[in-house]
Amino acid sequence: MMLLRTIAVLAASLIVASFLATGSVQAAGLDTAVSGLKEKSFSKRLKAVGAIAATGHERAADILNALSSSKAFVAAPDGKVVIPDAASPGTYVDAITGENLGAIDRGSLKKVRINNRMRGAIRDALGGLTLRSKDRGRRLAAARTMIASPDAAAFENLTAAIAEETDAEVRLAMQRARAASVLASSAPDADKLAAIKLVQAMGNQQAISLLAPLAAGEAGAVADSAKTAIAAINSTLAVWRNAQNVVYGLSLGSVLLLAAIGLAITFGVMGVINMAHGEMVMLGAYVTFMVQEVIRQTMPGLFDWSLLIALPLAFALTGLVGIAMERGIIRFLYGRPLETLLATWGVSLILQQAVRTIFGPNNREVGNPSWMSGSLEFGQLTLTWNRLYIIAFALTIFALLFLAMRFTGFGLQMRAVVQNRRMAGSMGIRTKWIDALTFGLGSGIAGLAGVAISQIDNVSPNLGQSYIIDSFMVVVFGGVGNLWGTLVGALTLGIANKFMEPFAGAVLAKVLILVFIILFIQKRPRGLFALKGRGAET
Amino acid sequence: MFKSGIIRSGYKAALIGAALMSTSAVVSAEETIKVGVLHSLSGTMAISETTLKDVMLMLIEEQNKKGGLLGKKLEAVVVDPASDWPLFAEKARELLEKEKVSAVFGAWTSVSRKSVLPVFEELNGLLFYPVQYEGEESSKNVFYTGAAPNQQAIPAVDYLMSEDGGSVKRWVLAGTDYVYPRTTNKILEAYLKSKGVAAEDIMINYTPFGHSDWQTIVSDIKKFGAAGKKTAVVSTINGDANVPFYKELGNQGVKAEDIPVVAFSVGEEELAGLDTGPLVGHLAAWNYFQSVEAPVNASFVKTWKAFIKDEKRVTNDPMEAHFIGFNMWVEAVKKAGTTDPDAVGQAIIGVTVPNLSGGYSAMMPNHHITKPVLIGEIQADGQFETVWETSGLVVGDAWSDYLDGSKDLISDWRAPMSCGNYNVKIGKCGGQGS
Repeated sequence: MMLLRTIAVLAASLIVASFLATGSVQAAGLDTAVSGLKEKSFSKRLKAVGAIAATGHERAADILNALSSSKAFVAAPDGKVVIPDAASPGTYVDAITGENLGAIDRGSLKKVRINNRMRGAIRDALGGLTLRSKDRGRRLAAARTMIASPDAAAFENLTAAIAEETDAEVRLAMQRARAASVLASSAPDADKLAAIKLVQAMGNQQAISLLAPLAAGEAGAVADSAKTAIAAINSTLAVWRNAQNVVYGLSLGSVLLLAAIGLAITFGVMGVINMAHGEMVMLGAYVTFMVQEVIRQTMPGLFDWSLLIALPLAFALTGLVGIAMERGIIRFLYGRPLETLLATWGVSLILQQAVRTIFGPNNREVGNPSWMSGSLEFGQLTLTWNRLYIIAFALTIFALLFLAMRFTGFGLQMRAVVQNRRMAGSMGIRTKWIDALTFGLGSGIAGLAGVAISQIDNVSPNLGQSYIIDSFMVVVFGGVGNLWGTLVGALTLGIANKFMEPFAGAVLAKVLILVFIILFIQKRPRGLFALKGRGAET
Repeated sequence: MFKSGIIRSGYKAALIGAALMSTSAVVSAEETIKVGVLHSLSGTMAISETTLKDVMLMLIEEQNKKGGLLGKKLEAVVVDPASDWPLFAEKARELLEKEKVSAVFGAWTSVSRKSVLPVFEELNGLLFYPVQYEGEESSKNVFYTGAAPNQQAIPAVDYLMSEDGGSVKRWVLAGTDYVYPRTTNKILEAYLKSKGVAAEDIMINYTPFGHSDWQTIVSDIKKFGAAGKKTAVVSTINGDANVPFYKELGNQGVKAEDIPVVAFSVGEEELAGLDTGPLVGHLAAWNYFQSVEAPVNASFVKTWKAFIKDEKRVTNDPMEAHFIGFNMWVEAVKKAGTTDPDAVGQAIIGVTVPNLSGGYSAMMPNHHITKPVLIGEIQADGQFETVWETSGLVVGDAWSDYLDGSKDLISDWRAPMSCGNYNVKIGKCGGQGS
């Protein structure tokens, strides 16, 4: 594969270089090259990709782009290869001439199939073709591809491109690509030593993979220098890895926090063992699904806003379900934890099966809005946007809830009822309503968590079950009845888990965390932050 | 149906009772042949198994339209073992003893199969098991219509090692922590080593059921893949954990061109909950894809969509396994002229029926079937596109040739051998396992 890739890129770059010298565009050959796409076997079509790139024709990049996104077709009657017209959607152009053929019935088009090997070859070929594109992003992408799959023959092409390049970031990437190509070539040692310096400055895994073959090669100055460079990169990476564990831990912790914070109210503050808490999270996720479904069908332009629209709806729906549960079942069972546990467990089964009956047992697709897709590269860390937003969201919810408990009239009444129900009642607080509203608030927050969790997990009727145990763990560990405890507990468990995972494995890490909590509860039965006062006794 | 006693016994119990309601009694007509369907319709596994219940109902309905079997109508008896392994055994007993069904189609997880196995052997019932599994088992009463490891895992690895598959040299074996992934990975590890892959080029990773936080593992995979050798991930990650796994892969930018992931438990159904745009090119190995171009498949997909009344529903490999298994049973009953399990069990060996990829599948003496193996790449529309297939059919192997304990064992349920674990070295039945 490497060899073929190399040949393709070699051919592409040589010919690109020769055009630049003569300034002429050679159209001959594109015809035969493109018709190679009609071949039956993947390996023949792979050759066609190389041949198309090798023509260096101005249309080559367009054809390869269409091919890589599976949008190149063979039209039925005359066997022409066609690609969609970027200028007027819905119509197709002849791949070779670029002439618009108008709209073509989808039934008479046969897709040119590609596989991973062809995708790789197309990407590499495009790298060679777009190195001097007018678009900065394309040049940068081309340079990065050339770092990833270094090719000794690309040296001249890169040198020429570097001389023209004005953008500092792109030029740096090109210089690194050139260094990578030097390392892959049989250049003199002095050149290689200089290239090692450049590559070492990248400081990432990719640099190590470029240097590894040299370090393993013949002994000498180059191998030694490569070994030292790898060691240096590794020691920096170790530091980054710890930072990465902290961030991943925060992210896991924030998911735990989201799942647990509603429970911190219903279980922590009210003392109700609510086994249906996980199902509130699930309902929140299904609200997100329904909102997205409506948006997809009626106004696709709003898709990026779907989560913001889903938040109040999820809060309202799960809040109402929570209030109904409290009024309908739980209020008859206060002070009887075992019955409460069984009854809420029954409710959780009913909710699960109801959702299964209405929406079916399968996973439902909840998409990520564009602003939550992809990742952010920070130093050597890859931080995915959806996780970052969830960390921020969890902390926001926590802050809002904290403020609401502290500074609103409802929060005051809630705390009063928890601390001394009879006294609060004789002060004119309608304790029964406060109970219902508190339970509604806890459930509503679980619904909000569901909106966020729908972005990273399955939306299926089983969603809630996977979070209920973790939520109880966090609340018990953090200290029943204390919001701060829930925050600190969630983040501690998240980070501890992520530091253990790399060497203990995901399964053992989870077991160790459970053992740790059991031991911890033996020592401090009230959790991290024990609530002091009369309310804590019940 | 509720028993009236339950309704009287109070409000709370009724709530729980409603959720636990399981047996859907079908009005029984005169002179029918009963077919048991043993798939979870609630609990964790309902996500995968409900579809199989539906496909069985469809197959039975279609058969009845063709006039039934032996002049009688077929009648489905559906029970819900609720993803609860001991309950599988109870429900299997109910089907065989009380309902007196002629054959049972069901089970999904290996643990549920292991739990019903003694019941089928004790009561001499017939079970058709439609899911790919780890092998290392052969029972007189069970017909394995899903893939054995040599019909899925080994060909997938072969493909990745080939030039077309990218000449992979470094392997991540990632799986959920239970018997199927552990056994499959043990077989794969032995196989890779026999092909000259060094131990440091194999990374094995297990995660709990329903694992949803894949950040560390995906970043470890990226790190493992940056060692300068072509790397691939072989995933035996179980259903529910796949969506977060693939989301994390997509978000962290692991492209199929760089590190392809080939999965054995991800089919069209699992992809239905995912935006597959960032996953194009990742692979799955199965014996059937919905996208397979064959007239028999086109009509199957059409019948399915009409039966389930939803244009968006997809078909998948275990559904094809039930299609094959059911038709084999029908043919065997016709051949034997009776539904007696012993007669059908003997008659079914050698029965050949069309599969959905345009060829034929045969029941072998080891109770496994012959199948083609297909490798498909995920497309942006959530379907797979076949990029490679075995040139002929592959015979399911009950006992792996790559494990020490089982390579000398063969299984042949025809008389006179009639043995599931015959040791060819010592020439005796009963080497290992059941």
